[in-house]
Amino acid sequence: MATATKRSKTEKALVIFLLIAGGILVSIPFLWMISSSFKPENEVLAIPPTIIPDNPTIENYINLFTSMNFAVYLRNTIIVVLFSFLGLLFNAMAGYGFAKYHFKGRERIFYLVLATMMIPGQVTMIPVYLILNAMGLTNTMAGIILPGLAVAFSIFLFRQFMTTIPDDLLEAARLDGAGEFYIFFRLIIPIAKPIFAVQGILTFIAGWNSFLWPLIIANDESLYTLSVGLSLLQGQYANNFALQMAGAAFMVIPIIIIFSFFQKYIVEGFTMSGIK
Amino acid sequence: MKQLLNNRHPYMFIAPAVILLTLFSLIPILVALVISFTDMNLKGLANWSAISFIGLENYKDLFTDATFIKSIFNTFFYVIIGVPLVIITSLSIALLLNYGTSWIFNTFRAVYYMPSITNIIAVAVIWGYLYNTEYGLFNYILSLVSVENIPWLEEPTIAKISLIILAVWKGIGINMIIFLAALQGIPKSYYEAAEMDGASRLQVLFHITLPLLRYATFFVTVTTLIGWMQFFEEPFVMTDGGPLDGTISVALFIYQEGFQYSEFGYAAAGSFILFAMIIIVTVFQFKLQKKDTEL
Repeated sequence: MATATKRSKTEKALVIFLLIAGGILVSIPFLWMISSSFKPENEVLAIPPTIIPDNPTIENYINLFTSMNFAVYLRNTIIVVLFSFLGLLFNAMAGYGFAKYHFKGRERIFYLVLATMMIPGQVTMIPVYLILNAMGLTNTMAGIILPGLAVAFSIFLFRQFMTTIPDDLLEAARLDGAGEFYIFFRLIIPIAKPIFAVQGILTFIAGWNSFLWPLIIANDESLYTLSVGLSLLQGQYANNFALQMAGAAFMVIPIIIIFSFFQKYIVEGFTMSGIK
Repeated sequence: MKQLLNNRHPYMFIAPAVILLTLFSLIPILVALVISFTDMNLKGLANWSAISFIGLENYKDLFTDATFIKSIFNTFFYVIIGVPLVIITSLSIALLLNYGTSWIFNTFRAVYYMPSITNIIAVAVIWGYLYNTEYGLFNYILSLVSVENIPWLEEPTIAKISLIILAVWKGIGINMIIFLAALQGIPKSYYEAAEMDGASRLQVLFHITLPLLRYATFFVTVTTLIGWMQFFEEPFVMTDGGPLDGTISVALFIYQEGFQYSEFGYAAAGSFILFAMIIIVTVFQFKLQKKDTEL
């Protein structure tokens, strides 16, 4: 027995060592980004490079707002994120509709929704642009937001979760005279909190990171999101790596903070979706 | 009256999402199919009467287009090397993370997941700096062990491998979580029984854990393969398909034809060839899986 615990102790030490080694390897890009973002312009090109900045400065972060319009990009990104939460509500409503009502064409419409998941983005990309162009929505905020609102996978997950809510509960509420929308907002949403948590985080991340659509649709700098602004920065200040790293850190760090607070919900969410 | 109300409500719940999906997913497929048989370009966008049907011309042209052929070759290069790498690394990390439950394991789960939620432009900015031939960290570290400067993004084959490294780094997170969820679903009693029978660690791994992960592995393989067939963001932000079309993928080819050269019809035809390739590979996998379970 004693040898068994000893073996498992060295084994555990080995596992932790491997995890730490791999973890450092995976984090190098982030650590390097943060360290370089605090270096003055001349130090960032120094050979050999300094691991911790000799003369730390926050000048690069200030420059994001003075030399570039990062305040505008941040505002636009927040608008995109807020509207993507409206999309989340639409997806939840659709998931509820498919899960809890019997109506004509339910199966057929649901299969159509599922079918859209299989289409590669490249197929719909050009037609969506042409459709938005015909609607006069290119180079507008609406054009950036609309195509991403409804997400088939999200509808699917909401439906999966909501089928587990007992019908009796809804019937009881109806007998008490509650309206259908009252039931959804006051009864269903509180019950479905866990799935809303997962979807909420994923929606936030997707909205914050969205880049291809804003890049295609936005021509005016006043419509740029953070990622489009960052790629502009990369083009304009190709050799100012310190400024580039500050811009990247400005995009990445909020996501990392939010994620580290809510990471347990994401893991639970995958367990919940029944992928086993 | 009540009946009518009940009939109206479900449609009101599904309407917003279904209308948006119809407009931006279903109708676009039909549009793409139609324009893939036309010569629609920027001129056609302004004046629809300038568009004419040219039958299968676009599809024929694609298979004589050297860049398109190259993009197919590159895509297979990415898939054949990248997909197994992603699956093996994410499975290994999931096995390590599943070993314990203390805060160390939770922290590292977050660390390994981080790259997959990082914005792709930020990734391009950071990795562009790391890969920089003169000032990059990688070449500096290699110079310490006296390896000559490696042209990470300047030589076609090395550039492809550099993009794969980056994509594996970014792709671990989500698959690791799926494997982890599956591992946590394996009943403890299986392991206890194996331990009582005196099974070694490796025997447990190969005869209990891996077989029980079969469904998760299949799921990860299918989704990863579909994702890598559409390999786009990495070459788009890092190399724009260069050097000498050395990193161009089919998805990037479609994007460039569509949005840089405004050859909408030609690009749409390319996208259907990609779609067909994805369907063929996926159906093939399901066939293999079926055979596997029948045995």
